[in-house]
Amino acid sequence: MKLLAAEEAGASIILPTVAEMVIGGFAFLVVLFFVGKILVPRIQKTLAERTDLIEGGIKRAEAAQAEAQALQQQYRDQLAEARQEAARLREEAREQAAQIKVELREEAQAEARRLIEAAHAQIEADRQQAFAQLRAEIGRLSIDLAGRIVGESLEDETRQRRTVDRFLDELESSSAQAVR
Amino acid sequence: MSAALPLLASEEFKAPGLGLFEWPPILASGPAWFNKPTALMMLGSLLVIVFAYAAFSRPRVVPRGMQNVGELAYTFVREQVARPFLGTKDSDRWMPLLFTLFFFVWIMNLFGSIIFIQFPVMSIIGYPAILAIMVWVLTQYLGVKRQGPIGLFKNVMFPPGLPKWVYVLVAPIEFLSHFFLRHITHAVRLFATMMAGHLIVALFSDVGWHFLFVALTPLGAPLGLIGVIMTILLTGFELFIQALQAYVFALLTAMFIGGALHPEH
Repeated sequence: MKLLAAEEAGASIILPTVAEMVIGGFAFLVVLFFVGKILVPRIQKTLAERTDLIEGGIKRAEAAQAEAQALQQQYRDQLAEARQEAARLREEAREQAAQIKVELREEAQAEARRLIEAAHAQIEADRQQAFAQLRAEIGRLSIDLAGRIVGESLEDETRQRRTVDRFLDELESSSAQAVR
Repeated sequence: MSAALPLLASEEFKAPGLGLFEWPPILASGPAWFNKPTALMMLGSLLVIVFAYAAFSRPRVVPRGMQNVGELAYTFVREQVARPFLGTKDSDRWMPLLFTLFFFVWIMNLFGSIIFIQFPVMSIIGYPAILAIMVWVLTQYLGVKRQGPIGLFKNVMFPPGLPKWVYVLVAPIEFLSHFFLRHITHAVRLFATMMAGHLIVALFSDVGWHFLFVALTPLGAPLGLIGVIMTILLTGFELFIQALQAYVFALLTAMFIGGALHPEH
């Protein structure tokens, strides 16, 4: 009896029984349901969240850095632009100043020329006037003088004038030659 | 051994045998299946659930307490078991199964080294067998689903790139190996290592007990001492083997699933 039991034990140790497999299978499926179906997905979700959080943090930091760099670049660009603009303005101002100087000079010269011309014209007019007055005066004086000298009154207006004019013309032409 | 020892001891030393794995029902009038391994199976299942619950029931982004331990375990299984065979994408899909398998098997094994319990549940062939059968069903289902019934047999029996005449040998070997043998060894490997480990630890502790307490003799005492020392050393070794076998069991499962999903690898 005992020997038989030992032999049975030897066989059963490598042959699974239905009861063991049912219990083992059931127990494992229960554990699989609670652990695998309910609990593991929770930790998976949490781990995924953590990864997201860390990656999100890194991404945010990268974005912030990129933004800062972009901003810096922008400032640099603006600064360079401003410098260029200032240089351009200076140049322009210089050019304008030069131009204004030239214009002013030209204007002043023109003004001066105009004044000179006006003066010339005035002088010429004065001269003409003086000459005309002088001519009349000289004519009268000469007639007076001639009348006194000759004693003859040159009453005849027409002759008198003709004579004076002829005289004056001769005088003028000779004085013009002398002036030249 | 028992033949050499009668000179040393008045009582004969009887080495523990396969009777270690035979358990009577716990309740005399209860069902025959309700014995110590069955009770441990239930206790172990409960422990795994309780541990997972404590660790993962309300996970936080910043882990605390048990969650740290649970995450350590989870990432270990993911990095060492799932990802090498399934890749990053499929791993998450199969981690529930692999994580549960690893801890289920490990706790059951661990009972072998816990005082007063001292019985690795996986040394009863039925338990590894049912797990291996479940994995077998799953992988065949996945294989047929992914590769089609003909594709599955073609991929298994006629791997490309071999000289034609070799297939005469390869096809039947691969057929047997892929569909049956590797799944049988999947179960037997776990069962046999746990059984043998338990048997050896039991033998040495029995030697210690017998020669130091039951029949203390001057000549037997050193033998008893060796038995105690070996028991301690082997228990340490067993702790390692228990975890290793759980790891291997989950690893092979991941490999089978990976093979069913991606036959090209």
